[in-house]
Amino acid sequence: MNRFKGFLIKEFYHIFRDFRTLLILFGMPVAQILLFGFAITNEIKDVKIAILDEAKDNVTREISDKLLSSGYFILYDNLKSVKDIEPEFRKGIIKEVIIFEPNFSQNLYKTGNANVQLIADASEPNLANMIVGYTSSILMDYQKEIAKSNNTNPSINTEVKMRFNPNLKSVFMFVPGLMAVILLLVSALMTSISITKEKEMGTMEVLLVSPLKPFQIIVGKVIPYLLLAFVNAFVILGLAQFVFGMPIVGNTILLILESTLFVIVSLSLGILISTLSNNQQTAMMASLGGLMLPTIILSGYIFPIENMPYVLQLLSNIVPARWFITIIKGIMLKGSNFSYIMKETFVLIGMALFLILLSIKKFKTRLE
Amino acid sequence: MRIIRFILKKEFLQIFRNKAMIPIIFFMPLAQLLILSNAATYEIKNIKFSVVDLDQSKFSRELISKFTSTGYFILTENSYSVSEAEDGFKKNTSKLIIHIPPDFEKDYRKFGTAKVQAIINGEDGAAAGIINNYTTNIVQQFAKGVETEWTGVSGTEKNPRININYSNWFNSELDYKTYMVPGILVALVSMIGLFLAGMNIVKEKEIGTIEQLNVTPIKKSQFIIGKLLPFWIIGIFELAFGTTLGFFIFNVPMLGSPFLILLLAGIYLLVILGMGLFISTFTNTQQQAMFIAWFFMVIFMLMGGIFTPVESMPDWAQTVTFFNPISHFSRAMRMVMLKGSGFYDVLNTIYILSGYAFVMLTFAIFRYKKVEG
Amino acid sequence: MLYGVDGGEIMVNENIIYAENLTKKFGNFTAVNSISFSVKKGEIYGFLGANGAGKTTAIRMLCGLSTPTSGKATVAGFDVYKQTENIKKNIGYMSQKFSLYEDLTVNENINFYGGIYGLTDKEIKEKTEYLLDILKIEDAKNKLIKSLPLGWKQKLAFSISIIHNPKIVFLDEPTGGVDPVTRRQFWNMIYEAAASGVTVFVTTHYMDEAEYCNRVSIMAEGVIAALDTPGNLKEKYKVNTMHEVFVKIAR
Repeated sequence: MNRFKGFLIKEFYHIFRDFRTLLILFGMPVAQILLFGFAITNEIKDVKIAILDEAKDNVTREISDKLLSSGYFILYDNLKSVKDIEPEFRKGIIKEVIIFEPNFSQNLYKTGNANVQLIADASEPNLANMIVGYTSSILMDYQKEIAKSNNTNPSINTEVKMRFNPNLKSVFMFVPGLMAVILLLVSALMTSISITKEKEMGTMEVLLVSPLKPFQIIVGKVIPYLLLAFVNAFVILGLAQFVFGMPIVGNTILLILESTLFVIVSLSLGILISTLSNNQQTAMMASLGGLMLPTIILSGYIFPIENMPYVLQLLSNIVPARWFITIIKGIMLKGSNFSYIMKETFVLIGMALFLILLSIKKFKTRLE
Repeated sequence: MRIIRFILKKEFLQIFRNKAMIPIIFFMPLAQLLILSNAATYEIKNIKFSVVDLDQSKFSRELISKFTSTGYFILTENSYSVSEAEDGFKKNTSKLIIHIPPDFEKDYRKFGTAKVQAIINGEDGAAAGIINNYTTNIVQQFAKGVETEWTGVSGTEKNPRININYSNWFNSELDYKTYMVPGILVALVSMIGLFLAGMNIVKEKEIGTIEQLNVTPIKKSQFIIGKLLPFWIIGIFELAFGTTLGFFIFNVPMLGSPFLILLLAGIYLLVILGMGLFISTFTNTQQQAMFIAWFFMVIFMLMGGIFTPVESMPDWAQTVTFFNPISHFSRAMRMVMLKGSGFYDVLNTIYILSGYAFVMLTFAIFRYKKVEG
Repeated sequence: MLYGVDGGEIMVNENIIYAENLTKKFGNFTAVNSISFSVKKGEIYGFLGANGAGKTTAIRMLCGLSTPTSGKATVAGFDVYKQTENIKKNIGYMSQKFSLYEDLTVNENINFYGGIYGLTDKEIKEKTEYLLDILKIEDAKNKLIKSLPLGWKQKLAFSISIIHNPKIVFLDEPTGGVDPVTRRQFWNMIYEAAASGVTVFVTTHYMDEAEYCNRVSIMAEGVIAALDTPGNLKEKYKVNTMHEVFVKIAR
């Protein structure tokens, strides 16, 4: 036990004496959470559009005003003819063209039907969808307004209630994902380097001839980083709550425990990578190049999992971040207690055990 | 010139002799490109919803079947109360609750208006917004449909109606892959370029082989070109290969000129490699170099308009984006590939990227000294 | 002063290395404290001293890897402050940490360094055959350096460091870690190089190797404590080996 303690202390010294790296390990996740929390959203505002108004009457002007004062859109250009549309899109500045047909108000009030065409630049499909959605709802609002001044039509009204996120702040969606992504990457990166560095320097052999057992070496390497990552997780949660206003509806202690569990999984992943790599370069490329995109894309952080092709949904099951995001959102937004997130928790525990056992096994065989 | 040939030969030998590197440089990015491009989508379908129908009339049932017949919604549960239904939110078995009050049909027949409540799981703000849109649209359409049938009140003046026609240009199927593939490809190649270039030089520093080179008559410029050129070549190759894959496998169009893409790619890679070089001039260990490169990489990727639109960001963030080479390059790539934009359309981007490359490389070269002071 | 074709000063008195009050400070720490010495063309000059005495710092200044804080020095007639690139064209260098690329083969290393130093393809080919032959490593020409025994590596590294027939070769602790037989072989190679006109500037902390040099200087704590032929030094201190000379001086 004493040997182990000695080993552990040496590991701590390694880390804390390297001030630059320490700065990076703590400073960067914080900087990133702040940056992304504020910058990454799915809402739209000030989108540049062009209008081709073939009618140029009161009604079209009123509608245009309504659109432009919504805060969502900015008029970039008034087009003169249909021919102008394509080159305008090619320039890459406007995202939508709104075309009012000639004699718009006449058609609207005399025949009861007038036509508007919305052309969206669908090279960014998601944005296009949102833009068209917002434009349509403003047009519909206008229609409702002029309807009020006439007789009422039979109608069915929908009252909409948003649960857990009344203002539809996309922050609530992104911050949990952000936490998962950053914790995973930092932890995996930290530990993946730790073992390979010793291998490269040759000091690994010294460790191996010592009476320390392989699993003690691995655990000893993980613990200091566990503490570091734990502090990181803590700070990130704090930021989420106080800077971004994310509620913690559920149990805070449970949240911290689950976060620790996730950190252990991430660290173990890093350890596994490092037992399989021969030098630092390989370890780093594998953990960064190999984990970054899959984690961002398959974890449900930005893209909803249930809309992915079935194969990918299966694949996302092995991304640890996916389970953690469900857990965080459950606890923070919905106040879920343990029974609701039991399945996810057990999955994470299973992953951690699997990774650690596999690492130990690989470690042993590598030595021979 | 000849000396550069020798340096290049050495670099390539070292890169390809590292057995682990080849899969990492080539297979990993391409595999990710193929797999992940399929995942990236914002389409909402298979929306699980539950119904609390307190009216249980033909009318209410028609409304519900309007939802299920769209193919987007899947009815998972019929509950007796809203609180019971909301449990489904917690269990993630539904995203939407349609709450139909009692006397739904009666009220409509009598007064001509009725109310429906839609409770949406707001966890995912964007999805919730879309579900909101769909729901209100469906209800509207239902209302339009039953107007004449049910009110039996004639003579009401028809209200003026604005008809909206939609068309999507450049991606009429709204195929998200068309949007994502260029972005993912750029992200992957940037990662490889930045990490490898940065770490390569630092590695020589760490091991000490850099001294051996500093003592030879190799000029600074020759050394740097020798270090960057291999990765530039690898980067161009990967981008070209990945774009071709995108074309054949994902049907990503190539409306514009491939040469323009090559030009943009060439300049862009100089920026990335310049950054890697620059990072290597003030770090001493590969670990530090890696972390710093990672830090910037994540920022560039997430804020580069690949996953979320740049237009959604607050103004200060959009200003920051100006300095993000990924956002410029991926936007220009999309413009040329999907819209057929030409040289003059992307001239701005070329200027910006060239300027960036020039600054980065100049700084880095300036900082790299063969002689310690 | 006489000036030569490349603008360097022509060596006066055949001093191919000349240092006068050469100093290197790192902040408050003075690593090399105003040393003065000169090396004659064709000499085998031993630059001795214990670890940490300042030898490596001094050698780095002479090789153009580090700019002196003060003092004067010329190498092959070129000034160490302003003409480092010219110095590098005329010297060879073998460092204690490393010289050859471990992940390249023997052939590839020879090829690379030959090219870097400006040898033509024909010259490289000839040199390669020559080296492989005299070092007796024909069979290993396509083996990676990292698979070679240490002794072979060092001999090969030395040969490559003079592949371009430089005027001077700087050897920084070249024989660390090898057995005495290999060290003896290595020194034979040094003798041959010196005989063909290459000046050898070697640092070492093996005092017995000092016996092999024409002249030695002993550095201690940044200054030169002694400078003479091994014979004269042994006489002066009335001892039989250089090792004992060193012990006396270091006290």
